[in-house]
Amino acid sequence: MSELIVMLSEWLQTLAGGAEPWTAYARYLPRILEGVGLTLELIVFSGVVGLVIALPIALMRITHNPWLWMPAYGYIFFFRGTPLLVQIFLVYYGLSQFEGLRDTGWLWTEVLSQPYWCAIIAFSLNTAAYSAELLRGAILAVPRGEIEAARSLGLPRATQYRKIILPRAFGIILPAYGNEVILMLKGSALASTITLLDLMGATRNVIARTYMNMEFFLLAGFLYLLMAAILIGLFRVAEHFINAHRRVPRRKAVGLKC
Amino acid sequence: MDLQGFGHLLLSGTWVTLQLAFTSLFFGLVLGLAGAAAALAPIAPLRWLATTYNTLMRGIPELLLVLIIYFGATELIERLTGSYVEVNAFAAGVAALSIAFGAYATEVFRSALLEIPKGQREAAVALGMRRWDTFRRIVLPQLWRIALPGLGNLFLVLLKDTALVSVVGLEDLMRQAYVAAGFTKLPFTFYMAAAGIYLVLTIISMQVIQRLERWANRGYLGARA
Repeated sequence: MSELIVMLSEWLQTLAGGAEPWTAYARYLPRILEGVGLTLELIVFSGVVGLVIALPIALMRITHNPWLWMPAYGYIFFFRGTPLLVQIFLVYYGLSQFEGLRDTGWLWTEVLSQPYWCAIIAFSLNTAAYSAELLRGAILAVPRGEIEAARSLGLPRATQYRKIILPRAFGIILPAYGNEVILMLKGSALASTITLLDLMGATRNVIARTYMNMEFFLLAGFLYLLMAAILIGLFRVAEHFINAHRRVPRRKAVGLKC
Repeated sequence: MDLQGFGHLLLSGTWVTLQLAFTSLFFGLVLGLAGAAAALAPIAPLRWLATTYNTLMRGIPELLLVLIIYFGATELIERLTGSYVEVNAFAAGVAALSIAFGAYATEVFRSALLEIPKGQREAAVALGMRRWDTFRRIVLPQLWRIALPGLGNLFLVLLKDTALVSVVGLEDLMRQAYVAAGFTKLPFTFYMAAAGIYLVLTIISMQVIQRLERWANRGYLGARA
């Protein structure tokens, strides 16, 4: 794969024939594409982890037990009320303040001091807060009749959630969750502030070598737009299949028989 | 929490953050109104412009926008005048944040404008009001009422996005926390303090927005119940 990209890059360079900025684009194509790959990896990884964390928090948030909903509320409030940049710095720079953590060996050297994992942790916690709030709204929006129907069939509470409420809730949040993923894509650019070479980081890296500020910033902007467009498209497709019951059936027009 | 004598630094940073947020809010609202007017204009190129603006800003990270404007303006001035002038980080931040705010505000204002009953405008015309008077005295007061919840959310986003301008060296709250953390080697303490200040600002903003909404809805409370 990477050899193929290098070959493509060389071919594009000869094609550009020294015309700028195209030659520079072609030359740094592998680096930029690697950045795109890392950006996508960050959002997919933290998106999945975020959803896994979001589910219990959303469930805690809708209970009436203050010992459960208050911590969930506090979590959501903290992560939605502070800038993502602060959260990333808290994880990446902040954790080193605790000596106890620095002595944990593997956990510290391989995970908590690595910018990659710090970015994943910060993004996951952040998106979990937003998704939990979406999920809470969706769970409350599941039509009452469906829950009553499940109850009258004698389904235990856990089964009600597993078979009826949650599948419905996931269908309901899908459009809003698409927005959240786009916001996460935009937020992922902050990974570059903790030295990661995501699309933003790779772009700044290339600019430091070429001094072609605008050319590469605009290229990055274009690539972010492209990624956003693809993600939006993917969510449309997912919605088509998951919310199949909402599709307007295409019927052939049949003439009225009188 | 012991701030090691850096508390006043954080406070001065908070003041810069607030200035940045409110200046961007002002220009963002102007851009949003202009964008909504363009989106609903009878002239097709204006509508395309509004759609392009909106689509572009939805997909481009705010951080990239800050960098494009900060470095782009420097380069532009250099190309035009031949001399290197470093652009003020505050101005670049205001430009970037108001452009981002304006793009989302365009949508909020557009849907709010569509929600105002046509009869209101027709009544104003029937009374012989001029276009500008109709807008200022009939449309705008109702526009606030409908747009406020959306704009409130956008302001909370804007408030948090101000932290991005610290990347180009503006001495806002985030930057001061960074400086203090570097000096004292207590990063957690200072980023947590910054997070706390952002939270307090968010809580205050939410209270103010709620008051504003209540005020804007003062004629509607009875009708709602």
